[in-house]
Amino acid sequence: MNDPIMQIRGIVKEFSGVRVLHKITLDIYTGEVLGVLGENGAGKSTLLKIISGIYTKTSGSIKIDGNEVSVQSTADAKRLGIAMIPQEFNLISSLNVFENIFLGNEIKKSFFLNKSEMRNKASTLLKELETDLNPDALIENLSVAQKQMVEIAKALVNDSRILIMDEPTTVLTDHEVEIFFNLVEKLKQRGVTIIFISHKLKEVKLLCDRLAILRDGHLVSVDEVSEIDEEDMARKMVGRELNQIYPQRTEHTDEVVLKVTNLSIKGVLNNINFDLKKGEVLGFAGLIGAGRTETAEAVMGLRKKDSGEIEINSQKVHINSIADAVSHNLAYLSEDRQGKGLVMNFDIPKNITLISLSAYVKGLIQHKKEQQVAREYVKRFDIKAASLHSNLANLSGGNQQKVYLSKWMDTQPNILILDEPTRGIDVNTKKEIYHFIRSLTEQGVSIIVISSELEEVMGLSHRIMVMRSGQIMGELTGDAINEKEIMYYAAGLKTMSQA
Amino acid sequence: MAMFELSPMITRLKRLDIATYAPFIALLLLILFSSIASEHFLMPRNITNVLRQVSYTGIIALGMTFVIIAGGIDLSVGSMVALVGVLSIMIINGVGDGWWAVAMAVSSAIALGGVFGAINGLVITRGKVASFIATLATMSIFRSMTLYISDAGEVVSQNQHFADIGGGYLWAIPYPVWIFLLLAVAYHILLKHSAFGRHVCAVGSNAKVASYSAIKVRWVYFLTFVIAGVSVGISAVLLASRLNSVSPGDAGLFYELDAIAAVVIGGTALSGGKGTIWGTVIGAIILGIINNMLNLMGISPYLQGMVKGLVILTAVLVQFKGDR
Repeated sequence: MNDPIMQIRGIVKEFSGVRVLHKITLDIYTGEVLGVLGENGAGKSTLLKIISGIYTKTSGSIKIDGNEVSVQSTADAKRLGIAMIPQEFNLISSLNVFENIFLGNEIKKSFFLNKSEMRNKASTLLKELETDLNPDALIENLSVAQKQMVEIAKALVNDSRILIMDEPTTVLTDHEVEIFFNLVEKLKQRGVTIIFISHKLKEVKLLCDRLAILRDGHLVSVDEVSEIDEEDMARKMVGRELNQIYPQRTEHTDEVVLKVTNLSIKGVLNNINFDLKKGEVLGFAGLIGAGRTETAEAVMGLRKKDSGEIEINSQKVHINSIADAVSHNLAYLSEDRQGKGLVMNFDIPKNITLISLSAYVKGLIQHKKEQQVAREYVKRFDIKAASLHSNLANLSGGNQQKVYLSKWMDTQPNILILDEPTRGIDVNTKKEIYHFIRSLTEQGVSIIVISSELEEVMGLSHRIMVMRSGQIMGELTGDAINEKEIMYYAAGLKTMSQA
Repeated sequence: MAMFELSPMITRLKRLDIATYAPFIALLLLILFSSIASEHFLMPRNITNVLRQVSYTGIIALGMTFVIIAGGIDLSVGSMVALVGVLSIMIINGVGDGWWAVAMAVSSAIALGGVFGAINGLVITRGKVASFIATLATMSIFRSMTLYISDAGEVVSQNQHFADIGGGYLWAIPYPVWIFLLLAVAYHILLKHSAFGRHVCAVGSNAKVASYSAIKVRWVYFLTFVIAGVSVGISAVLLASRLNSVSPGDAGLFYELDAIAAVVIGGTALSGGKGTIWGTVIGAIILGIINNMLNLMGISPYLQGMVKGLVILTAVLVQFKGDR
């Protein structure tokens, strides 16, 4: 192998004092495809965002071609020939292909754009990449795969030598993935170095030359792809003992409180069946985009179902809106706390009572009672805020999450669905939330936990459903629960029928 | 036991930042300046005059406050004033003489305002048209309808009592001013002390969060336009009564700008989510005093628009500072 194009030395990243990357040291060689693997939150994206100038590192150094460089912004990265192909494309849909390829890099003839030269250059480049993309096609008429091609062409026009691709194939169909694989080969031939994040172990195995595996902000291993199999990958990504932040699980009854049958949404969910028992914690594991959030939203009446029945306490119910769900004592904490959960410019009491407000209205809103109740929640959950009337925007993520929990607890739910309940939250608050989940189950509340952190689902759940591509792939109970099984189901290496 | 519990009051005062008080401070400064600059300013007749002038657009601004807090805008209010005004005089002339006809005109003006507001609301929430565009269209439609039904001629009331509502006084204060203030109190209660008001703020802050909190977002948004329409109906009938006639071409012209300006000067964010009724009242009065002072000081009426524009810009700049 030739000289490294990039040498990463001791990169550390801290977010407000919390270390998320621990001294990463890694060499990347010219023309190789390096796969980066890890669970959600392992630090993959953080590392690549540092390389591409979106985040700045706390300490450590980066050398390119042996020279130390400073990557403080995406502009720096661009100048150094580093480009990130984002999952959400940054293309202007009303412009055509060549205009997008040269966006911000326009070729001019005095004051005017030199369209013919741009069109010719784009056309040559697209031919070299062996695509049949027309430089004059409008972006809005292109398929996702074609848009990706345009993003890649755009990066090449910028003379990028290092392409970072964040889960590029999740948005592609099987056929498009094939085309993408060919494209990667073409890029390698041009001497472009590719850093590739993926959750699909099979794909990584096929496409990459080497694999770097991250876990909890540490670089666990770097292997030649020929020397590691998919099982090893899964084991290295997860491999750790569950530590003691999870409380002892309580016994649950056999009484079924929620039964979902044949739930389908065309193109999103395919025949979902599960039940939930009183006092049980049911985990939903799977990769991002597996359909877990969609299942929860369909149960809560937030998404229109194409088919499916819901029974609560053995009674068939019709839930067509979230108001229906609330009236059946269902609660749902969205994964998107700030976008869907809390009103950031409301204070704590107003947020807590937003759903349960009618309980505080006697003609007019009883502000005293509202604040009294809010004070009780602040005490119960140990919510830390400058004042009861602080805007939610001024609270930390963990405290916001506690307010969000209070908001739903105030509707007195019997069934609580928690979607990524500890995302972006420090370990201590996580622990508090886990213990709270336990105390709720003791009171007979049934809980569904959706989490992309395997450790969390395993630590909390009595039973785990594993989803992939809108389907339930497997169900694991008690001693059968282990990381490998979950990863096999989640990665599609195993389905229920084989089990 | 202490007679006055001071500490809660102090924490409450701390909670209200300067930005919240800015309109109030501005009003006090303006009154101070005006009373020094012109000896006529503080004369009771002048004050009642200013307040009466303010009340017509002020009432509309009160309704507009709900629309803006919910994240919308209503540009059609000025044209709606003319349309409701003309229709109410036609109704009064159709029904005949006596107080019965007046009562009919007043109640139908309020109802018609509500209906026109509901039309705006339906187009916006059901048709999913941006409020700016939808009300820009109805602004044109309402004005055109007014001109057509009146044949572009002034519509004059033949009822002998009609002029008494807009022209009457209670304890030396004109009726329209009373109605403006009473409506302000009612709307304040609606905004700050009812579930609906809370929902309006939530929808304007983050409609997604509101919908995930089981709030009927479209219904709430729709109702804000109905409130704006009802307010226009009240204002229109007061104005028609005051003049005993409506001139279809100029009635309510640019009222939407004055109403929006009052709301913004009053500290309500154009981006939605927060605002107060009392701020809007102060905003309307500030605009009224500025107009009055420009007249008293003999400044060209052609410059009034410029001063108003500068005041709005200042208010928005202060708001933006507060946000950062």
